[in-house]
Amino acid sequence: MSKPKLAAATSTAVLAMIMLLLGVGLGYMLSSQANAGGAKTVTVTITGTDFIVSELSGSIVIDGSSTVYPITEVVAEAFMNEYPDVRVTVGISGTGGGFKRFIKGETDINDASRQIEPSEVERAQKNGVEWIEIPIGIDGLSVVVNNDNDWVDCFTIAELKLIWEPKSGVRKWSDIRPEWPDVEIKLYGPGPDSGTFDFFTEHVVGESGASRTDYVASEDDNVLVAGVEAEKYALAYFGYAYYAIAKDRIRAVPINAGEGCIEPTDENIRTFKYPLSRPLFIYVNKQKFEEKPELRRFVEFYLENAPQLVPMVGYTPFPESYYKRALAFLKAGLHDDLLKLTRLE
Amino acid sequence: MGNQDLRQGLFRGSGALLIFADRSVSFILLLGISLGILFLSLLLITVFIDGAARLSPSFLTNPPSATPAKAGIYPALLGSVWVVGLAAIIAVPIGVATALYLTEFSKNERLRNLVYFNLTNLAGVPSVVYGLVGLSLLVYTLGLGRSVIAGAITLAFLILPVIVVASVEAIKAVPELHKLGAYALGATKLQVIAKIILPEALPGILTGSILSTSRAIGEAAPLLVISGLLFIRDAPRWVFDEFTVMPLQIFNWISRPQPEMRELSAAGIIVLLALLLMMNAAAIILRNKLQKRVIE
Repeated sequence: MSKPKLAAATSTAVLAMIMLLLGVGLGYMLSSQANAGGAKTVTVTITGTDFIVSELSGSIVIDGSSTVYPITEVVAEAFMNEYPDVRVTVGISGTGGGFKRFIKGETDINDASRQIEPSEVERAQKNGVEWIEIPIGIDGLSVVVNNDNDWVDCFTIAELKLIWEPKSGVRKWSDIRPEWPDVEIKLYGPGPDSGTFDFFTEHVVGESGASRTDYVASEDDNVLVAGVEAEKYALAYFGYAYYAIAKDRIRAVPINAGEGCIEPTDENIRTFKYPLSRPLFIYVNKQKFEEKPELRRFVEFYLENAPQLVPMVGYTPFPESYYKRALAFLKAGLHDDLLKLTRLE
Repeated sequence: MGNQDLRQGLFRGSGALLIFADRSVSFILLLGISLGILFLSLLLITVFIDGAARLSPSFLTNPPSATPAKAGIYPALLGSVWVVGLAAIIAVPIGVATALYLTEFSKNERLRNLVYFNLTNLAGVPSVVYGLVGLSLLVYTLGLGRSVIAGAITLAFLILPVIVVASVEAIKAVPELHKLGAYALGATKLQVIAKIILPEALPGILTGSILSTSRAIGEAAPLLVISGLLFIRDAPRWVFDEFTVMPLQIFNWISRPQPEMRELSAAGIIVLLALLLMMNAAAIILRNKLQKRVIE
């Protein structure tokens, strides 16, 4: 190849590279503009009433708890069937992992199986991120044993604390109650990134994050179910949805928190009679809630459909009246203390 | 006489024992290979039993869904194609260029050895490390977000060393005589590369590239770090879109409580395996075809 030809080839290649880069940049600008565009809203006035005919578009980014994920997933799916131009993505990073992104403003909604913690509140304030906390369902954290386990009829909270506290001396079942078998106890539980772990340690051990560490930890609850199913002397705790689906293979132990032994049934969980009932939340970024009509509509859609969709994936919904009230409050611009609404009769 | 002694020293023992030892060695070796095949087929059979019922055209074209009957793998399939395809487009030219530099251009022997040594080491670095580098460098520092392009560049890093090493070997195998012959006829370096080296090394380069790409398509760890587990209903439309890939979708399904979801993950594994086998078959066919052409 002669020199001019080589030069020509080189400059063509350089030109092609520049064009490629320009194309990428242009496409990015266009796509981000399209996202920033959000919704086209057409207001039609019919006999004095405002009807909003809206072609919603844009994107909603959700991340967070693996416990809440199945609910949000089924809501997102139903939402996208109705509004096909809105792109909803739901991630699973655990409640804490999700909050890390949420308080930087990276996500629109965080699925949470516990309330936001003071350290997270502090960092959110530093970043100027405000939020709306919306309870969307209830989970009864289940303590389960093997089907062949015929000695355990009930656990008190004190016994659970004895088993799970840091540096616990419980090695054998007989360390809990002397009449139980003199056999080693096999413990299974969720890992420290999960909201389930945070809730259990806070409400049973007394301090969030304080737990013994010599147990089989897995973020995958199926692993815990399989472990308890296979081992006669096993004990585990995890979310109710995983117990509900495996009811014939493992057994949930009733819990006594001073008011007798309470079983984790739908009714006991709904009324918070079951001591390890816990509300599940979505945290919505407040600024984005006000700026993005598609996000606003998604949150409303969530509350409208939760009574049907929450039980579909194995969780317990609040009474229907709660969702109606919460929706009305949100529409009226009242964002605080929605959790209190759930306790109303 | 001396030979006789030596033979007895080397092959001591009675005839029967020798024959027994001889046979048992072949038996042990057979046992070894059958164990390997047995476990592989057990795996395949269980996956097929679990997943075959869920396989259908709509499984390939539907998005994932909370209703198992309607669920499909479309966004993950397309996500894999986007990410791995882009990774190959990025890594193959860079990899071949690096290999050419190392074999044909570099005059500094120590530098060449250093680069090559490090590349072979990089090929052995656990893939999740590439994911972490991608997360901090691409996703956060360069602000690419959890996008297709961030995933693709990460995978490109991952497969680049393998492509370079394979290409270097392929280029080294080009007969020196061909190159010298071309130079003797007055060819420039560029002409020798374009007309002699690349065509002759192409089968080896392609095989290395396709095999490393098919490794990339099965990778979950680095992309889990980049994109996280994600529920996503449509395929990426552009390189800055969020994405998920097949191994992550399979992982997502297998961690769900419903047994139907685990059937879906088995079906996903079948699709992934089919894609892998297709890519490997393509590598073999391409290699054979090109090899023939070059010899002719």
